[in-house]
Amino acid sequence: MRPPATMWNHDALAAFDSAGLSRRGFLKTSGALIVGFSALGRTTAAVYGQGINGAGNNDLDAWIAIRADGGVTAYTGKCELGHGLYTAQTQLIAEELGVAFDRVTLIQCDTEMTPDQGTTSGAQSHPANFNRANLALAAATAREALVARAANELGASADELEIENGVVRVVSEPDRQVGYGTLIGGRAFAMTLDPAARRKHPGTWTVLGQPVPRVEIPDIAAGRFEYVHNVRVDGMLHGRVVRPPVVGAAVIDVNENSVQGMPGLVRVVTRNNFVGVVAEKTWQAIQAAERLEVSWSTPDTPLPAQDGFHDWLRNQTVTRGTLIVDSQDVDRNLAGAATRMEATYRYPYQMHASIGSACAVADVRDTSATVWSATQAVYPLRNTVGMVLGLDPQNVRVIFRMGAGCYGVNGADTVSYDAALLSQAVGRPVRVQLSRKDEMAWENYGNAFVIDLRAGLNGDGGIVAWDHESWSPNLGSRPRMDRPGNVVTGFLAGFEPAPFAARSQAPQPANFNNGSNGAASYVTGEVRGVQGGTGNIRSQRVLTHTVPSPFFTGPLRSPARLQNTFAHESFMDEIAASIQADPVAYRLRHLRDPRLIEVVQAAAARANWVARPSPQVGNPRTGVVSGRGISCVFYEGDNGYCAMVAEVEVDQGTGAVEVRRLTIANDSGPISNPDGLRNQLEGGALHGVSRTLLEEVTWDDEKITSIDWRTYRPLYLGATVPEIQTVLIDRTEGEAMGAGETAVTVVAGAVANAIFDATGVRLRQVPFTPERVRAGLDARG
Amino acid sequence: MALFNLNVDGRTRVVDVDPATPLLYVLTDDLALRGPKFGCGLGQCGACTVIADGQAIRSCITPVERVADEAIVSLEGLGTPDGPHTIQQAFIDEQAIQCGFCMNGVILTAKAFIDRNPDATDLRLREALSTILCRCGTHVRILDAIRRYAREVSA
Repeated sequence: MRPPATMWNHDALAAFDSAGLSRRGFLKTSGALIVGFSALGRTTAAVYGQGINGAGNNDLDAWIAIRADGGVTAYTGKCELGHGLYTAQTQLIAEELGVAFDRVTLIQCDTEMTPDQGTTSGAQSHPANFNRANLALAAATAREALVARAANELGASADELEIENGVVRVVSEPDRQVGYGTLIGGRAFAMTLDPAARRKHPGTWTVLGQPVPRVEIPDIAAGRFEYVHNVRVDGMLHGRVVRPPVVGAAVIDVNENSVQGMPGLVRVVTRNNFVGVVAEKTWQAIQAAERLEVSWSTPDTPLPAQDGFHDWLRNQTVTRGTLIVDSQDVDRNLAGAATRMEATYRYPYQMHASIGSACAVADVRDTSATVWSATQAVYPLRNTVGMVLGLDPQNVRVIFRMGAGCYGVNGADTVSYDAALLSQAVGRPVRVQLSRKDEMAWENYGNAFVIDLRAGLNGDGGIVAWDHESWSPNLGSRPRMDRPGNVVTGFLAGFEPAPFAARSQAPQPANFNNGSNGAASYVTGEVRGVQGGTGNIRSQRVLTHTVPSPFFTGPLRSPARLQNTFAHESFMDEIAASIQADPVAYRLRHLRDPRLIEVVQAAAARANWVARPSPQVGNPRTGVVSGRGISCVFYEGDNGYCAMVAEVEVDQGTGAVEVRRLTIANDSGPISNPDGLRNQLEGGALHGVSRTLLEEVTWDDEKITSIDWRTYRPLYLGATVPEIQTVLIDRTEGEAMGAGETAVTVVAGAVANAIFDATGVRLRQVPFTPERVRAGLDARG
Repeated sequence: MALFNLNVDGRTRVVDVDPATPLLYVLTDDLALRGPKFGCGLGQCGACTVIADGQAIRSCITPVERVADEAIVSLEGLGTPDGPHTIQQAFIDEQAIQCGFCMNGVILTAKAFIDRNPDATDLRLREALSTILCRCGTHVRILDAIRRYAREVSA
């Protein structure tokens, strides 16, 4: 069922050469031209689209090629991150073109080969490539073009024809047939994507929608898979970076004599505050980096104290305010409500903390460069590597190779700059893999948050006003097209992060955009007379503030959405408990979106939810007690419905929380691969458990102190892990939505609510460490 | 520098390296193996695991000179994509992989443990895996795959 393993990485160009086509010719013609400026002040040439989905490409030949043997080679700008997208995209091509799965070769994310599809992130790959644009539209266009050519060839009309594994034939006379290879093998389609091309209906699918095993798994299990960490280039050297000892330190002096004569050492490289060494072997580079004497400046001001950091956040005067929704009657309705409630929720900085520290290989020549990278964004990285090196981005090639799971902007981009800078300095290919500490101390962390929520209730216990105000820190992010300083290496090399755009007075929104899930599921989301939300609370205000962060931040699986959903789903539970309402019934009372209602009901039903208020009556005040909680989300306000029931045990002696069972119901439209979807939901759920119970970035007054797996300890394999049940709702008439970030979003709320159900203790600060649980139990009296 | 005749996956491999070099870098740089991975360099995550004389060890903190006389088995030595070892097949059958970077440590640690303790309880299995990290949250399927292997070994 799987394509030859070598096709996955090595023979991409050969595959295309065999089709007799020039890739660059197709790719050059596309994209909005943007003029940028390099670090050296030279104008850089054409660069491509700025948005998350890039410039796209309207040329069919940029996406699909028919080989001389009738097989199909497809090109995608959305890459495999360990989430099964490569296999699902291969299924898509096989399905739409009517060929067997193993007749499809998919080439992913290479600036010489594939269309500019921006960044593979934000659970946007299914929306981008599995609906009626981009890869899916290209495949549908190609199928209709092939059928039209076959109709001409066979002297029949298109509706008399059928396709079986790349052969088009007359239904009534099966001997009249012609294969794809004969029709166009090795030749260009020379046509644009046809917006009217029809996708196959999910009801007729035979490949898409099936639990096709993932293509990479046999190679991974046998230790043969080529991660970016395994890329080896002739003449390759090994680099190691030397990061500042504390946040804000600058280079005063690099004493190259301190490493003179060390075995294998090739060069010490300094550029502004970027310092690194290059050696013949990895071990030699590590030793030289450790011995190299660098004098660093001492920053003037200490870091804000971790203890009390959330108060520091809310007290910042330089902020950027955004109103997501404001009915302008919230204060009045809160004042007039029969009952008012308020609570504050706190979320820490967390790390991507990939298990494999980031790695890249770069081969920089005088006027060109090739970078092998696990970046989620080959085209943007091409541009910013050009800026960092002072090269024309058109002469930079970025080739994606999978890394360890990234969960967002981990070190993949920054280490690509590390390798590129070191390679440029020595004029030979250089491989860099970060040390564990260098990765963890300088990441773009997931955002901390402090969230104030207020609600007013009427005499019947219904919510009549909802108020959200939150603060979160920001510095840097993805480098995008022109900001290498958004990650640490670019910054050290002399590039500034995107400037903080303060805005003390948030403007009224022009439309309802709930991409951050700042608005809870229970409000109408009414802006200018249009209701974009999923609930029925009409009086609503959501005001968010970003403030400058002392550390780099960036998207971490479910950025802001997870933190906001933790607060909203906890608060909803607090309100339900205050009027002795069942948490499921109380949510349904305030929801109006039928698909969100359906996932809530489906999760509750599968978990055998018994309607009653929380907390559980009769649980003892000592020993181990159990409870259940629910949480739900419409991810990003437009990208996947999910509800989860968590069942937990709390040891009231130790404060330890164990999650016993998680029941997940998910609706992300038509399902491409049910086993892959289930794997993502299970993984998201346990990633969420780890972040909910264990993970928190720590620091002292000058540096990050969570720098290894002892000081940042996630969920190990030895931990007690919950049973996970999934309910997959296959919405064949709907749009394809993302599913990689839905489950992780609802865990903290569901677990918090289950702990409350078990003990009566409300935890409002993640992670729920035994110390925090015990403090809550003690405060209970 | 010193010459070592390493026994890796049943073959003798001659390398000329600093005796203090951690085994991991010899395997990945000098022998170009793709199985063992650098995860932390601290012996905390398991990604660098190899089996040396039947014991799962952390190659990132093991100097090459210490295992110069031992029979080293890497993930690549167990089987191939087309002819996987029983435990590799169990992970394929269960689709118990997401990014897969942890798999080297997971599979080799589990194999070394189950081969000695095929009837181990779940608790003892989890203890054996307690210093192995998976960041994708594949825990449930990983345990299912190891149990499948244990059943097949016992059968």
